[in-house]
Formats: sequence, structure tokens, C-alpha cells
Amino acid sequence: MKAIVQSFLRHPSGMLGLVILLAVIALALTAPIFFPGDPWDTVAAPFTPPQTDGMLLGSDSLGRDIASGIAHGTRVSLMIGVISTFVALVIGVVVGALSGYVGGRVGEWLMRFTELFQTIPAFMLCILLVAILEPSIRTVVIAIALVSWPQVARLTRGEFLALKEREFVQAARCQGESPLSLIVRYILPNALSPIIVAGSLAVASAILIESALSFMGLGDPNLMSWGFMIGSARTMLRQAWWMSFFPGLAILLTVLAINLVGEGLNDVLNPRISRQ
Amino acid sequence: MNLQWLQGLGALGVRLAKMVAVVLLIAIFNFMLVRAAPGDPALVMAGQSGATDEAFLKRVRAEYGLDQPMPTQLATYLGKVVRLDLGYSHRQQRTVLSAILERLPATLLLTLSAFAISLVGGVVLGSLAGVRAGKLSDTLISLLALVIYATPVFWLGLMLVLLFSVQLGWLPAFGYETIGVTMSTWAGIVDKLKHLALPAFTLGMLYLAIYARLMRSSIIEVSHQDYVKTARAKGASDSRILWRHMLRNALLPVVTMAGVQAGTLIGGSVVIETVFAWPGLGRLTYDAVLQRDYQVMLGVFLVLSVLVIFFNWLTDLLYRVIDPRIKAA
Repeated sequence: MKAIVQSFLRHPSGMLGLVILLAVIALALTAPIFFPGDPWDTVAAPFTPPQTDGMLLGSDSLGRDIASGIAHGTRVSLMIGVISTFVALVIGVVVGALSGYVGGRVGEWLMRFTELFQTIPAFMLCILLVAILEPSIRTVVIAIALVSWPQVARLTRGEFLALKEREFVQAARCQGESPLSLIVRYILPNALSPIIVAGSLAVASAILIESALSFMGLGDPNLMSWGFMIGSARTMLRQAWWMSFFPGLAILLTVLAINLVGEGLNDVLNPRISRQ
Repeated sequence: MNLQWLQGLGALGVRLAKMVAVVLLIAIFNFMLVRAAPGDPALVMAGQSGATDEAFLKRVRAEYGLDQPMPTQLATYLGKVVRLDLGYSHRQQRTVLSAILERLPATLLLTLSAFAISLVGGVVLGSLAGVRAGKLSDTLISLLALVIYATPVFWLGLMLVLLFSVQLGWLPAFGYETIGVTMSTWAGIVDKLKHLALPAFTLGMLYLAIYARLMRSSIIEVSHQDYVKTARAKGASDSRILWRHMLRNALLPVVTMAGVQAGTLIGGSVVIETVFAWPGLGRLTYDAVLQRDYQVMLGVFLVLSVLVIFFNWLTDLLYRVIDPRIKAA
């Protein structure tokens, strides 16, 4: 463990990502302190450019503070990214582990089912789910998890297929360990590092999907989010570039940071199969 | 010769059967989704616009047999889908199928262009980076890919509009063609291409980055193969080695990836069409979202899924052109 932390600390791009990510998390935690008001409140004249009248990043068409919206939106993005990835990991690991461990016809059919989910245009599925089940944090999380789990399932299955024939697993089987114990105590811990990497990259893509959904007007209507800010600023691009520029930059930086951390983790945890 | 022909026919049959299976499964999914929605399924199918029209609701209930038991309802619905009856949009006062067919060409044009841009651009940039692995151009291309991975595609579109339309005034920001101007055929084509440029480029950008990275590692891998060393030992020039020996082999994983990515590319077109007011299925979906016109959304979902299968078939064909050893369609 200590060795892993040390080699991550020496990974330049991974550390850069971690520093940005920590700053983003700090922004999310301190949003109520630095931007105490409601981000939906009008606090300035509409269309105030950045750096004027005390507006750091300007105000939008209703005089709302862009900086405050971004700070509060950070919480929504991170929360939805983490929760939906957690749900996707649970579904994906269960399906992948079953398919890989049981194998045979059941495993084949589980994989066909997984592939079907990968064929479907993912974003359209999200739109449909959220629109019909009514937009809320819950439905957005469900929709993102539903399009994110197949990748995890395929990865987990591959790991399980390779690991279940290994000697230490067979030795445990001979000692009379139950299948559940074999899966949870012997195979899963050894399959964990690629799953962690896949999970960290899934958080990044979940944040992108969430922002696209709220851009289309399908975010939780009670929460200020980055995608919503860009979506509502879209038609005023000519008059007020800052309204859509800064929230997008926030998404870009956050997702970039998470991807860098994920790739760093990959290099550290799976040194042999790291990217060429 | 005859046998080959039969094999091809068989493969086509399998492909068609797969397409029918996917369409049926998606239709079943649509059916379940409408049942899972809060409230009366007739209200969901009518959409918010039809909710006040009691006569229309009655018609929907009768048409879909909503007083019948579930299995009968499902059979009724599937029967309609098989007959290409995707329902009626009360808001648009027309059948969903006709609304979709009207928008389909624009979406096909956009997605196919983006697909072509991403494949060609990705292969060229990736080969450049791979051949010069470790040099400055390699680092730059890898860096660009990293940033594009993290960029929300709709925001990229808006920023490109800001640069190329608002600041530079080179390209139109919205729409499919200039309205209200009569043009010669040639000028009309140029006008359409100008409108196509930004949305197609924006949509293709992410995949261009993915394919560039893949092509780069693929070229690096292929360059260590024995046949490349042999060619080099025989004194073949660098460009000949790249064109005659490496490119075809390095292309295969990229084309495989392109097939896998077709679903997300087509899903991405929905957002892009919203940004650029491109009159395709995505724009239709956006309007349907605003109007809570669920029948249209369900129909578009079905048609886009068919489109994904079509793209998969297209990449299989490409695969066959690149690697003639592979025969089945």
C-alpha cells in the first residue's frame, strides 16, 4: 500500500490531476462559506461582464452570480458522478463476476445481454429514462448507472475468467471454501485494481453525461448544475460569452483531473498492462 | 463462387435477424418504461399536449387495448411496431413515423460525415504520432486527445461557434441551409457544406481523438513486427513500409473500435443537433423533451438503435475491405 502511494506521488500527470481534483472538492465543500447565498438569487444587474461590479465571473440573464452557480454546481456534479458510478460498479461487478465465475451458457447469455446494452445509443436511453420517469437526482443517477455498468461487467468477467483457474483459487476450492467465499475473498480482491481504474474513469464520464442531460433541460430542476447553466446561456452566446464559457471550463477541468488521476492509478496499479 | 454467394446471403440473414431481435427487445423496453412511468400509460403516450383532450385519450386507450391484460397490451404494441406504426404525435398532428422519416436524412448526413471525419482524421494524426513516437508532434497529439476526452461535446460546439461564427464570421452557426435565398445547384451544395462543417467536426472530434490514440499505439505495435523488419532489411523506403506494410494491419483495431463506438456517436448527435439547430432526429428529440411528447422520443430511440446496427454493418464492410481474409458480412 505504502509503495503504491509512493509511486503515485512520483507520477507527474497523476499528481497534477490529484491537485486539481482536491481543489475542485475543496470548492464543493466551501461553496456555502464563500458563496453563502442561494445560487438562484439575483445579486447583480443582468449580463454583468466578468470582473465588474464585484462579479468575479459575471452574471447571467437574470443577474445570478456565475461564480456562485459554478461553486454550488460542483457539489451536484461530483455527487451524481460518484453515486451513479457506485451503482454502476455494483451492477457491473455482480453481473461480470457471475458471468465469469459460472461461465458456460449462463455466462454467455449474461454477456449477450451486456452487449445489447452497449449497442443501444446510450445518451438517447438516458434522455428517454429521465424524461419519462420525471427529472430528479434519483432518475438521473439511475439513467447514468444503467448506461455505465456494461463496461465494468465486461472487465470484471475477463478478470474472473483469468483468475478462477489460478492455483491459489483452486487450492482454496480444495479446502472446501464456498463459491461465495471464493468470489468475495479470493478472486475479487485480486481483480480490484482494474475495477478501481475503470471506476475512476466512469466518474468522469458520468459527470459528462450529467452535464449533457442538464444541458438538454433534463437535470434536477431544483439544483444548480453546470450543464443547466450552459444550456440556459446557449441562446445568448453572442451577447454574453462568459455565461457558457466558465461553467464549461469547470466541467473540462474536473473531468480532466479525474481522467489524469485514473490514468495515474492505472500506471501504478497495473504496471504491466499500462498504456503503451 | 455459388457457395460464397450463399454464405454471404446467410450472413446477411443473421444480420437481419439480429436487427429484428434488437428492435423487438427495445420495443419491449419502451413498453415497460411507459408502464413504469408515474400515472396513466394513456396519458404518457398522449404526452402532456394531449392530456386535456379526452377524446384523444379515449382513442389511445382503445388503440393500444389499455383495458386488456398486460400480455395482450404488449402483443398489441409489438404488433404495431412490427407494422412500423410508431404511434401518433398529438402535438405535431402527424404520425411519429412520418415525423421521423422527414428528419432522418439530416441525421444520417451529420453522423456519416462525423464518422468519416473522425476515422480519416484519427488515422492520419495517429499514424503521424506513432511514426514519430516520443517527438514533439507525438506529445502534442497525445495532449490534444487528453483535453478533448474531458471536453463536454455541447460546450465544444458552442465555443467553436463563438470562434468561427461570432469572432471570425467564417461559418454559419445554426441550421441546415441559408433560408430565403435562391442559389444555383453548386452554390447550394457549398452552402450546405458550410452549415455541415461545424456540427460534423464537433461531433467527430471526440472520436477523432480516440482513434488517433488507438492508431498511434497500433502503429507502434505493428512497427515491431517481423514483416516490417523484413521489409526494412530489404531496403524498402519508410513511406513504402508505412503504406504497403503497416497501415492496413494497424487499421484493424481502429475499425473495430469504430464499430463499438457507433452507439455513442449516434447518441452524441442528439446533443450536437440541439446546439446547432440541425433539423435531424436529435433536434426532434429536444423539441419532444420540451413538449413532453413521449411517443416521439420512444420512436426516435427505436430508429436510432436501428441506425447503430447499420453503422456496425458499415464498419464490418470496412473491415472486409481492409482485410480481405475476412469474408462474412
